[in-house]
Amino acid sequence: MAVTEVRLSIHTPGLNPKDISEKIKEKFPDQVIDVAEFRDQVSVIVKKDQIVPICKYLHDDPLMSLDHLQDLTAVDYLKKKDVRFEVVYNLYSIRYRHKIRIRAQVPENDPKISSVVPIWAGANWHERECYDMFGIVFSGHPDLRRILMPEDWEGFPLRKDYPLIGPEFEKDWPGFVEVVNKAKELKEFEWEG
Amino acid sequence: MLIDTSATGLIQVEEGVKILPPNVIVTTFDKIINWGRLSSLWPTTFGLACCAIEMMAAGASHYDFDRFGIIFRGSPRQADCVIVAGTVTKKMAPVVRRVYDQIPEPRWVVAMGSCACTGGVFRTYSTVQGCDSFLPVDVFVPGCPPRPETLLEGMILLQEKIRKERARWSPWR
Repeated sequence: MAVTEVRLSIHTPGLNPKDISEKIKEKFPDQVIDVAEFRDQVSVIVKKDQIVPICKYLHDDPLMSLDHLQDLTAVDYLKKKDVRFEVVYNLYSIRYRHKIRIRAQVPENDPKISSVVPIWAGANWHERECYDMFGIVFSGHPDLRRILMPEDWEGFPLRKDYPLIGPEFEKDWPGFVEVVNKAKELKEFEWEG
Repeated sequence: MLIDTSATGLIQVEEGVKILPPNVIVTTFDKIINWGRLSSLWPTTFGLACCAIEMMAAGASHYDFDRFGIIFRGSPRQADCVIVAGTVTKKMAPVVRRVYDQIPEPRWVVAMGSCACTGGVFRTYSTVQGCDSFLPVDVFVPGCPPRPETLLEGMILLQEKIRKERARWSPWR
């Protein structure tokens, strides 16, 4: 009968995202700043200090069981909001098929937030990308290095105040400048036809 | 001793190529070496983005590069040219240059697609604005991505370029 039980559990109805936000509000009343709703997608905007206990609660609670971190990223609200960055957690329950979005506010002068790698191991590379692109430091991360850009790259490219075309050639990434200069140097040895 | 070619029966079949029937061919080093090179042009596979899909299609049976003697090689050390197929990022540039440096002389470069030619739509911090900034490119194949026919045209243009080369085999060039 084990098979039937599993099937039954797959069809277990999930919670309304609004109900999940209510649960978070109940459990962490002083942490929730706002609940935003847009086209049935509910975002809970929270303070960054208790992000690990909040995520742990959402992950472990048997009625929510948000065991899948769909995505972790950040948004730069330069000159649009008082708190510049928001780290966004898209959570999904494989068992109940409900989802919720958590947005943690991270200020510009102290871009630090606790890592959620102990809860979802998959957050590892997401947090590295987030650090690479926005410069948000995830404290407690096991291996916080750049993941996309070269390790000696300067600046965080997805910040709104980073120029799209990047730095001037002289101030460009040393690896690229080296290649271009080497190509100029070797040009005289080319075998021309 | 001078040979009177009119008396030996040498027949000119095209400019600079004479044959003495049945099986003696008289021609220049330029012609025979260039013919040999352009008839077996082996590119190293270097796909960087979506252009690589078109490059693979061009190499597969439908478009069939093999009929021009163009056979893809897995190693730059066995290749004659490199097709830079796709967006070259600054982080990738040293690798592309290293692949090129490993190709034995004589060697050629085909920049395939808008990104490899000019950077394309990616005028951004991470993209090289044209791989000719660090490679001597022989043929630019524009398109986003270019169709296999376009790449084929580019390779035929490269073959025509090789056909016109002078004394690239000589140490006194």
